[in-house]
Parts: sequence; structure tokens; C-alpha cells
Amino acid sequence: MIGIEHYIVVSSILFVLGVLGIFLNRKNVIVILMAIELILLAVNINLVAFSAFLNDLTGQVFAMFVLTVAAAEAAIGLAILVIYFRRRGTIAVDDINRMKG
Amino acid sequence: MIHTLAFYLFAVLVLASGAMVVLARNPVHSVLWLILAFFNAAGLMILVGAEFIAMLLVIVYVGAVAVLFLFVVMMLNIDFAELRAGFIKNAPLGAAIALILLVELVLGVGAYRAGVVELGEPLGNAAPLAGESNVENIGAILYSQYLFLFEMAGVILLVSMIGAIVLTHRDQRAARGHQNISKQVARRPEDATELKKPEVGQGVEL
Repeated sequence: MIGIEHYIVVSSILFVLGVLGIFLNRKNVIVILMAIELILLAVNINLVAFSAFLNDLTGQVFAMFVLTVAAAEAAIGLAILVIYFRRRGTIAVDDINRMKG
Repeated sequence: MIHTLAFYLFAVLVLASGAMVVLARNPVHSVLWLILAFFNAAGLMILVGAEFIAMLLVIVYVGAVAVLFLFVVMMLNIDFAELRAGFIKNAPLGAAIALILLVELVLGVGAYRAGVVELGEPLGNAAPLAGESNVENIGAILYSQYLFLFEMAGVILLVSMIGAIVLTHRDQRAARGHQNISKQVARRPEDATELKKPEVGQGVEL
């Protein structure tokens, strides 16, 4: 029988994959943003699993709010990426500290 | 039985496609793997009876966020080979940190299974009503208990929309030399032209 532990293990592995993605692709902002999406997806799986197994709908409502924030963050992140690329012609984040005033 | 099989199918696929998002050479492939991961996560959520969140995941993530990523990846002409330069160099540190994090998380689950950690009891004011669908239950508590949080979510989306537009908007008029009609009408001949009577053999001082 599938219990809550199965879901927790899946979501923690997914979370770790997201963290690993940030470390592996440190230069590529697009993949970093996708790794953040993976992390938020892991959080959502966790919230929904707890909500279902504890018989309380609050977790699903919170998963909706996490979804909202993830969509907003992706839009803003990609907008920043687009203006950075327009200005510099590259998206390598190594020399992004030159932007500080 | 079929439930268990479906869980393992979705779980393995979501983890495999999550790994491919991180490891794929081409970011376009990463986005496509991300879409597969979202679909399988939606399947996992359907298995526990959260249909609404699952459908929302497909609509919002696959329909909007992943397409946004795809647009940006394809619109910007980026040399991806150069961006992968540090991949091997960063791998040991990343793998070490990921391993430590995974061991810690699994230890947490182990502690829960051993009975060290006990989950709290839910308050019971958000329990799903019997005989109602998942969507009706969520709607009932979202529009009553969480009404202000729901409106805040709308404000967050509005702010992010305005932010994205302000960040990427280019003023086309300033860039192309736009016609300023009031400036043209206000122009007078005595300000714009000057009559000179140059001496023979000498130039004009401008």
C-alpha cells in the first residue's frame, strides 16, 4: 500500500535534484530557473500528499498559493533575463556582479 | 494493485524527467523534460484525490510557465556550449551537497517511521465534506477562510505582470525620433533662420 512516506521520498528526491541542478548549471540562468521550478514542484507534491493523508484541505489551498508565486517568479525571472541578454548579449551569470552600481 | 503500479510509474517518470531537466545538454530539451515532469506530478496528485490541483498544475505550469520558458529559450540566441563549461568542475561539490541534503531528508522520514516524530492532528475546520467533489470542497474553504489570501495571490500576479512589462518595455518613440507636433507648430522663422550679409572674399562665421 502506498503511504505518505512514499510521497515524501519522491518529493525529497525531486527537491535534491533541483538543488543539484542549481549547482551543476551555475552559468545558465534558464536552467537555474527551471531547477527552482522543480524545487517548487517538490514542495507542491509534499503539500498535496500531506493534505490528502491528513484529511485536511489547507495543504491543497497552500499548494495553489505556491503555484501562484512560482508563476510570478518565473515571469519576473525571465523578464530580467531578457533585459540582461539585450544589454550584454549573453546570459552567463558569472559576471553578473558587474551590474552593481 | 493498479494504484501501486500507477504510483511507481508516475514516481519513476517524474524523477527521471527531473534528472533530465538538470542534465540535458540543450535547454530546449530541458524545458520539454520539465513538461513531462509536470504531467507526471499531476498524475501523482490525482492518485491521492487532489484533482483540482493536478489540473491547475497542468494548466498553469505546462500551459503558461513551460511555454514562457520555451519562448525565452528559443527567442534568445544563446551559445549554450559556452554556458556548460563549468559543468564538470562544479559536479563534485554539487553532488556532495545534494547527497548530504538527501541523507538528511531521508533521515527525517526514517525518524518519522521509527516513531520519533509525530505528525500533528489537523484542526478539522478544513476537512473535506463527504459526498462533495474536490473542487467544491476547495472552493468552499478558499472563498471563506482563505478569501484575503486568495486576493493577495491576485495582487501578487498583478504586481508580477506590471513588473515584467515595465522591465521589458522599450520606449519605441524615443528610439525612432518621434514627431512632436506641438514643437513643430511652436517653431518660428526668426528663431530658426538667420540672415547674413557676408563681405566679399570673407566667409561666414557660424
